[in-house]
Amino acid sequence: MSDVEKRVRKIVVEHLGVEEEKVTESASFIDDLGADSLDTVELVMAFEEEFGIEIPDDAAETIQTFGDAVSFISQHSD
Amino acid sequence: MFDLTGKAALVTGASGGIGGAIATALYGAGATVGLSGTRTEPLEALAGELGDRAHVLPCNLSDRDAVAALPKQAAEAMGAVDVLVNNAGITRDNLFLRMTDEEWDSVLEVNLTSAMRLSRGCLRGMMKARWGRIVNIGSVVGAAGNPGQGNYAAAKAGLVGMSKSLAYEVAGRGVTVNVVSPGFITTAMTEKLTDDQKAAILKQVPTGRMGEADEIAAAVLYLASPEAAYVTGATLHVNGGMGMF
Repeated sequence: MSDVEKRVRKIVVEHLGVEEEKVTESASFIDDLGADSLDTVELVMAFEEEFGIEIPDDAAETIQTFGDAVSFISQHSD
Repeated sequence: MFDLTGKAALVTGASGGIGGAIATALYGAGATVGLSGTRTEPLEALAGELGDRAHVLPCNLSDRDAVAALPKQAAEAMGAVDVLVNNAGITRDNLFLRMTDEEWDSVLEVNLTSAMRLSRGCLRGMMKARWGRIVNIGSVVGAAGNPGQGNYAAAKAGLVGMSKSLAYEVAGRGVTVNVVSPGFITTAMTEKLTDDQKAAILKQVPTGRMGEADEIAAAVLYLASPEAAYVTGATLHVNGGMGMF
């Protein structure tokens, strides 16, 4: 498991209060992990802070699953 | 009751009568206050009267870049913004048929759009903290209408709809959004009225007098307090019974 993956998983688990095993690559924040639309905004805010990156709104909209988040952040952080 | 020790409050229009009274009340309840306004001199004077927990944060709310920067400046000066009071307001009265686009736009920009932008800028910190208070200052005119104030009434009514929508979104995060809606209050804005105009207005006020800025400040202090956690999306009318909505 990559470092990015670990850190993203920790944020998701803490923020959404879900079991770690449920946070699979294809897990959708809204459909599988019980997030509402404001939770997804807060997750993006948390990712921005954790990784020191800016995630523009149009990019944030494409981040639907745990895998989406890991791949976006891996490509955009050092 | 209504203890704001350890909280930081940003008040716009703090150089005016109502804004100054609001800042004074919040400060008196223990809050650190950020005094914002266009005129630095009265802000400095108020900060001097209040003391160490008062910070002067000049901002022209018709300048979008300045509005965008204000939440950050306030958070840097005070450590956070836990309470935002969107109090600043201007009037550009004119009969509707004669109202210029400029008169309409400037009132909407300062009275409504800046409140939206400041709220948006302060929300991230409030949501993270799971505690926040936004109090928007409306007007009886927003609910009742007033000839010659189509722009002002539209902006003030707009604040109510905006506040309710935002209140829905952030209620689960410990953030409340409410409106305090003053009637006719003794301030520089109402000083411009002639004695005849004042007498005509007072006929419509069951309490038979103008309100005082402190009476608005007390309502804001309540809504900003921990005790008001279960009040959100509400409009608190402080108008001497002039309009019972």
